[in-house]
Amino acid sequence: MKNNKTELLVAALENGTVIDHIPSELVFTIASLLELEKLGSSVTIGYNLHSKKLGKKGIIKVADKYFSDEEISRLSIVAPNVVLNIIRDFDVVEKKEVIIPDELHGIVRCGNPKCITNNEPMPTHFHVVNKEEGTLKCHYCEKEQNKSEVKLV
Amino acid sequence: MTKSFVTIADLSKEKIMSLLEAAGRFEAMPNRKTLDGRVIATLFFEPSTRTRLSFETAVNRLGGRVIGFSDAATSSSSKGETLKDTIMMVSNYADLIVMRHHLEGAARYASEVSPVPIINAGDGANQHPSQTMLDLYSIYKTQGTLENLNIYLVGDLKYGRTVHSLLMAMRHFNPQFHFIAPKELAMPNEYKLYCKEHGIKYVEHTDFTEETIADADILYMTRVQRERFTDLMEYERVKDVYILRKSMLEGTKDNLRILHPLPRVNEISYDVDESPKAYYFQQAKNGLYVREALICDCLGIEV
Repeated sequence: MKNNKTELLVAALENGTVIDHIPSELVFTIASLLELEKLGSSVTIGYNLHSKKLGKKGIIKVADKYFSDEEISRLSIVAPNVVLNIIRDFDVVEKKEVIIPDELHGIVRCGNPKCITNNEPMPTHFHVVNKEEGTLKCHYCEKEQNKSEVKLV
Repeated sequence: MTKSFVTIADLSKEKIMSLLEAAGRFEAMPNRKTLDGRVIATLFFEPSTRTRLSFETAVNRLGGRVIGFSDAATSSSSKGETLKDTIMMVSNYADLIVMRHHLEGAARYASEVSPVPIINAGDGANQHPSQTMLDLYSIYKTQGTLENLNIYLVGDLKYGRTVHSLLMAMRHFNPQFHFIAPKELAMPNEYKLYCKEHGIKYVEHTDFTEETIADADILYMTRVQRERFTDLMEYERVKDVYILRKSMLEGTKDNLRILHPLPRVNEISYDVDESPKAYYFQQAKNGLYVREALICDCLGIEV
């Protein structure tokens, strides 16, 4: 019954984006990475929903909004496995996966406390040197770090 | 985009060679009027007398003028001014900024916001590219080539910024490296990985004897500092192992030259100074010619 309701909610979106399979604890992180609080259209956030795959999952439905690749790439560090369903006229017309970009601007913080980015009001900048292993290299201090070690800005 | 000099990591072989050739022309004629009417700023947010004097001498010998500070305590950054604001202010006055900073990446950031070129004179533990260029010049000058040399790095290979940069710069020249260090100060994995990725050959040793260095063309000594050790017993055990003594030079090659970024404490015995193979003081002098070449290159002045 619960599942039916979830599907009903998804199907009820006429145009927009449904982000599914979000681990529950990441729902609000993703909402903030996508800056949903700045949107004017209706946003539905599901939290701690039952899921066979994840146990508990989250879902975010955003009406009348299609995210750019740059916006989606912001999710690559924390939630690489989420899928974005692009809805047009009640139908899923595309499923977009999160792809880690070559460069990360202002998304994560450098782990090196002596890096200039942690001491000066400025955006961070990383080069993704190995996408499989998630190796990032700070553009400024040149320190390599793994995406599992870095914190979001 | 102005032409800054921030890191050796992205210098091509051609660029390195053209800078070394230019340094050679400055060595032949170090006093010129090339910078007549120009103002160069030396901003030392962290004190480094040796490097500052070398850069300021380079400017003076080329007829330029120097402004700047030698300690952050006397600059406005002690009042909380951001690096960007300091750079923007100074770039109103100077044609080029030479800067040293305790924070890593400071020079890269400065080069992105500055309307005038930046030369990195050291950013924390990250880069000190003019030191690397003078090391390369010293090797080139004493060996006649940078290609196919046996280079022995000795001492603190873990924290030694100069050896890491030298390693990266030598990738173009097919070197055979030997890393000689106590276990606690061994070459970090990320640099060994760098060697593998770039096909740089290396051998690791923990002993430092006459036999180990018999094939060396270049012996690059660094200081083993007590404060780098977590285990002081280990320090006591190894502190006298990585000292170069004159007796160890007997079986070495005639073309061997000993380099050291200076300051030296006790890692090279004073009796080595008399050996014709000791090159560390000339090495420091080479810094002048290399910095003359770097300054002119950043300002787009052909020499």
